[in-house]
Amino acid sequence: MDSMTLIAMTSIIIAGITTGFGTMGPALAEGKAVAAAMASLAQQPDASATLTRTLFVGLAMIESTAIYCFVVSMILIFANPFWNHVITQTAGK
Amino acid sequence: MHLSPDAVVLWSHGFVKLNATILATWGLTLVFAVGSWLITRKLAGGIRRSRWQNFLEIVITGIEGQIKGVGLAEPKKYLGFLGTLFLFVAGSALATVLPGFEPPTASLSTTAALALCVFVAVPFYGILEKGVGGYLKSYLKPTFFMLPFNVIGELSRTLALAVRLFGNMMSGAMIIAILLTITPFIFPILMTALGLLTGMVQAYIFSILAAVYIAAATKVRQAAPVPGAVQAKS
Repeated sequence: MDSMTLIAMTSIIIAGITTGFGTMGPALAEGKAVAAAMASLAQQPDASATLTRTLFVGLAMIESTAIYCFVVSMILIFANPFWNHVITQTAGK
Repeated sequence: MHLSPDAVVLWSHGFVKLNATILATWGLTLVFAVGSWLITRKLAGGIRRSRWQNFLEIVITGIEGQIKGVGLAEPKKYLGFLGTLFLFVAGSALATVLPGFEPPTASLSTTAALALCVFVAVPFYGILEKGVGGYLKSYLKPTFFMLPFNVIGELSRTLALAVRLFGNMMSGAMIIAILLTITPFIFPILMTALGLLTGMVQAYIFSILAAVYIAAATKVRQAAPVPGAVQAKS
């Protein structure tokens, strides 16, 4: 198996695994955060503005880790430096 | 199918390139500037005011309320910066309704520029409130061992702001582009609606996070009340 095939294969597999595993943790954490926010809202509906705002800020923080994994997958598929290097090498030959 | 609107180059001369990101940004800025100039030409103070003026006032008072809720006591000082952030990101998400429009925030250049604006604004407002010494001393809180962590935290917060907004907007645009090639009828419309929702949420989150960072930098700790001082009033 030459290096071109190896690079392509590894990039594709790891891109899929990155998004697959990377979104499990944040999804669980966001579920717990929303559940806690619902419980607090049920207890104190007057504080709903503060609770909602804090919930959104917390969700944004949790979401960013999922976004990091997504960005790495996108880079591997669309802007892969190793693939570009190998392509220019074979094009130059 | 491209990663971001940076790849769509509409005019180039030498190294100056006009890509879809820049044109979309200019278009949005024009719409906001000309629209607000048209609305605020004749401001009415009484009961009868035009509905566009009403709309603007709802938006402004809404943003002011949110800024006050975060803990910034005088929202008018920060309204210009935070309001512009929210309106630009929200406007670029809303304008995806127009066919063929790609949001400029789907490009890492735009989101990095916005995050850099926040990165500069936080010490700017902090020094404005607390003075240079007071602001720099806040990096040594709670103990001076935390100095490297505070600095790294600042940089990673900025990076996270840029990548979060870029990732959300780019994924929305990409999913719509992919679905258009597979099932071109109903499903892309649902995805566009979802993209609208996440775009508005991300606009809110971006500006609220900027407000929270500025609030943390400008917080002047009140002196704790001395227990014996209450008796002096009576």
